Amino acid sequence: MVTRTGASEPVAGGADRGSWCGQCGEPVDGADHARCARRSDLEPPRWCVHCRRRMKVQVTPGAWTASCIEHGSIERSTWSS
Amino acid sequence: MTAQVTGTDILDVAREQVLERGVPLSQEQIAQVMRTGDDQLEALLALAHEVRMKYQGPAVEVEGIVSLKTGGCPEDCHFCSQSGQFTSPVRSVWLNIPELVRAAQQTAATGASEFCIVAAVRGPDEKLMQQMREGVAAIKAAVDIHVAASLGMLTQAQVDELVDMGVHRYNHNLEAGRSYFPQVVTTHSFDERLDTCRMVKESGMELCCGGLVGMGESIEQRAELAAQLGELEPHEVPLNFLNPRPGTPFGDLEPMESADALRTIAAFRLALPRTILRYAGGRELTLGDLGTRDGLLGGINAVIVGNYLTTLGRDPKEDLALLDELEMPIKALNETL
Ligand code: SF4
Ligand SMILES: [Zn+2]
Ligand SMILES: [Zn+2]
Repeated sequence: MVTRTGASEPVAGGADRGSWCGQCGEPVDGADHARCARRSDLEPPRWCVHCRRRMKVQVTPGAWTASCIEHGSIERSTWSS
Repeated sequence: MTAQVTGTDILDVAREQVLERGVPLSQEQIAQVMRTGDDQLEALLALAHEVRMKYQGPAVEVEGIVSLKTGGCPEDCHFCSQSGQFTSPVRSVWLNIPELVRAAQQTAATGASEFCIVAAVRGPDEKLMQQMREGVAAIKAAVDIHVAASLGMLTQAQVDELVDMGVHRYNHNLEAGRSYFPQVVTTHSFDERLDTCRMVKESGMELCCGGLVGMGESIEQRAELAAQLGELEPHEVPLNFLNPRPGTPFGDLEPMESADALRTIAAFRLALPRTILRYAGGRELTLGDLGTRDGLLGGINAVIVGNYLTTLGRDPKEDLALLDELEMPIKALNETL
């Protein structure tokens, strides 16, 4: 199954969608993130949606992993199996 | 009096010179091709495709790439999100050897024959060379795939060591034509890049050397890049379309128009009739699905499958289905184009 993350999808567990945009690092509320949402097909998130820390992001041919020192990491496959 | 050279004229000249006689276009001729209008685009792409089929055949070389060391690079290439000199959100990170092997296995599973290991560095230090020794040996023990590398500027001793490791191809791009290069990079020179390219060629490794277009260069400077690549005669030319990265000096440029990108592809093919011409970064953004297909029918004969170093690509299934539909077989591991 392909899992593509949306711009404001939580990066580490929980139902909380977070307060920050994973693509641009700006607050989710009060700004237009339509461009960020479009970009998320071709970009992994760079900012933790919970704390706005810059994450360590590793891209491989078929996946990406993003890690926040506080909120843990998440891996997404970008290939259909 | 000299007659005005029209679009039709230059395509006729190119047909006779490149397709029939196999002589690459000169820099001035490449610029003329790049200046042809949209009404000529279909004919131009068809000619470039004929040249590709005659000199390279229908097979397409498929490659995967992975970043062994991401971000924190001391250089200032203005298009690059991995430079430590800009406020790009890309953080420094290293890939471990088991993950490197896993990436090579995933790549091989698509039918790809090439796996390129890339590091964001000016040139390798001992830590990176040690990772390469272990990583290349581990891949060769586990996966049947050619290993290529892109680690910046090399010393002769490093070139020799990569040859000993069994790295069969080395990527080092010119990035831009000589006259535009100082607007793109200030921390090293065009000639320093050429030095590494020449050492690689002399070593017996295949040279993979390309660049980027859409960085604000003129048509003449874009043609200059193609002509200077032609002089180097690399085995492969990866063609990147600028994907403007947030926080970099080129972050606010608009992506190239897809018709210009297609004209560039065809012009590069006419400048490099016998070279593997690969779609590299930026094609999803610049060309989309339709343009990707047009480029494969307009001179391109190699692709990168899956993700790039810091950005994501298409699902390989979409690219492989397209190649199937176009009746372009994937180049096998034991074939040379
Ligand atoms: S040398 Fe490579 S990684 Fe470093 S800034 Fe230039 S393009 Fe980016
Ligand atoms: Zn945003
Ligand atoms: Zn966090």
